Amino acid sequence: MKVLRYAALSAAAVLFLIPFYLVLRNGLATEAELTAPTWTFWPEEIRWENFAELFANPAVPLARSMVNSLVVAVLQTAGQLVLCGLAGYGLARIPYRYSNVVLVLVVATLMIPAAVTFVPTFVVVSTLGWVSDLRGLVIPGLFSGFTTFLFRQYFLNFPREVEEAARIDGLGHWGTYWRVVVPNSKGFFAALGVIAFVTSWNQFLWPLVIAQDQDSWTVQVALSTFLTSQSIDVVQLFLAAAVSILPLVIVFVALQRFLVRGVSETGVKG
Amino acid sequence: MKHGRAFWLFVGPFAVGLLVFVYVPIGWSLLLSLFEARNTVTPTEFVGLRNYADMLTDEPFLASLGTFSVFAAFIVPLTFVLALALALLVNQISFMKAFFRSVFFLPTACSYVVASLVWKLSIFNGVRFGLANTVLGWFGAEPVAWTVSTSPPWYWLVLVTLRLWLQLGFYMILFIAGLQRIPQHLYEAAWIDGASRGWQSLRYITMPQLRTTSVAVLLLLLVAAYQAFDEFYNVLGTDRGYPPFARPPLIYLYYTALGSGGQDFGHGSAGAVILTLLIAGVTLLQGRVFTR
Repeated sequence: MKVLRYAALSAAAVLFLIPFYLVLRNGLATEAELTAPTWTFWPEEIRWENFAELFANPAVPLARSMVNSLVVAVLQTAGQLVLCGLAGYGLARIPYRYSNVVLVLVVATLMIPAAVTFVPTFVVVSTLGWVSDLRGLVIPGLFSGFTTFLFRQYFLNFPREVEEAARIDGLGHWGTYWRVVVPNSKGFFAALGVIAFVTSWNQFLWPLVIAQDQDSWTVQVALSTFLTSQSIDVVQLFLAAAVSILPLVIVFVALQRFLVRGVSETGVKG
Repeated sequence: MKHGRAFWLFVGPFAVGLLVFVYVPIGWSLLLSLFEARNTVTPTEFVGLRNYADMLTDEPFLASLGTFSVFAAFIVPLTFVLALALALLVNQISFMKAFFRSVFFLPTACSYVVASLVWKLSIFNGVRFGLANTVLGWFGAEPVAWTVSTSPPWYWLVLVTLRLWLQLGFYMILFIAGLQRIPQHLYEAAWIDGASRGWQSLRYITMPQLRTTSVAVLLLLLVAAYQAFDEFYNVLGTDRGYPPFARPPLIYLYYTALGSGGQDFGHGSAGAVILTLLIAGVTLLQGRVFTR
């Protein structure tokens, strides 16, 4: 029974790793080897110089689009943690006449699939003149009803005694939040931060809609553009994919503890 | 009202953003859906409900709803069962548990664009020496044109396996979290009463205890299936545009509202409103059915 379990898991693990292997194999091969009539497990000669050629190729704005993606992901992550964290705390802890109204407005957005609002949001963002602009890529993604709701649920369960001690020391809501609540919630912030970063780095539809000129492409848009056109070297495309995954694999490996906990906490309660 | 000031200090910036980037767009969309608005985001001529009538009789739009239904019929049950199976397996072992959990979760780091690249140009690339066709060749089968063949529609296999690979690990984690909340003494009591450790424990203890997790997973899966865009666009799209088959609602909406053939925001907005009502309805219904 035990042997069967391990056999099943190992078989599944091999299947799950095949795409990663393919990205590397194809990215480090030569074009000739990729189109060879028989399958080779690993290229005869691993071409590390593909990396240099990829970044030197002016037709593939990889470095530029990676920087764009990084800027967008960092700003969106930081912005969401600040804005949604504050809002979540206010909704959870500050008694106010209209807080239920705001809460309903936040929860209602969970019913509207974000992807369906891309047409109307595009309309608003283009009116603001933010097409192909960093503001258009970053700002609309900051106001996540989902993240705010998760923060609220989390802060509802935050031990009140800790806050009361701060209150006795003369801190107001603002001081209590920044000096006591945030430092004691690092794990939760880290979890939501990793999720926000991964989501932002991998998002595709919104950047596709809004980043219309090449200078504002994110890495996903850049890859997609070459994927659906005939004009690029397939080897370089795979290598570019490998490079685009790398930052996230690093984040994953480094912060996996937080990430797994975060997913399990957020997914079910949300 | 001293709390009022503090409240708006905390919630105000977020609330303003929510209004501007969520509620104003929705309101504008409702307005635009009642107007003619081609190549402009300002309403031109009032047409009442005509855009809605057009969309509801528009063959490609209705076909896109059909495409979504087929996709959901594959992806929702398959992901549910396989993610649960992986979670049960990973949860029952002690040695190398973290390793297997990480391997299954790692695809979450990949984007749909990257997965589409691998699926389209490497595994299912349709040439004789593509990975899938190489494997088929070992059994003497003819190579298959995976993404361009419509009869039989092999592209479903490409799209479904792609999404399975990307999302199984995420739902597995949700199930593992649910499994870990089940008190061990329930199983022990059942075993004393003579329940088998395999099937009967699963049927009478595990599944009922996983009820909330299961409802959440099904809802998330359905909404995610309905939002399908990335892999369809990247796997089936070509330099000559998107083929007439397998257009899920968002692909259709994207080409209507922002496609190169003319930006039709009136019809696009009407389509977005119809889709929103549809998914909200299904979500409410599903929530009600499963929580009863």
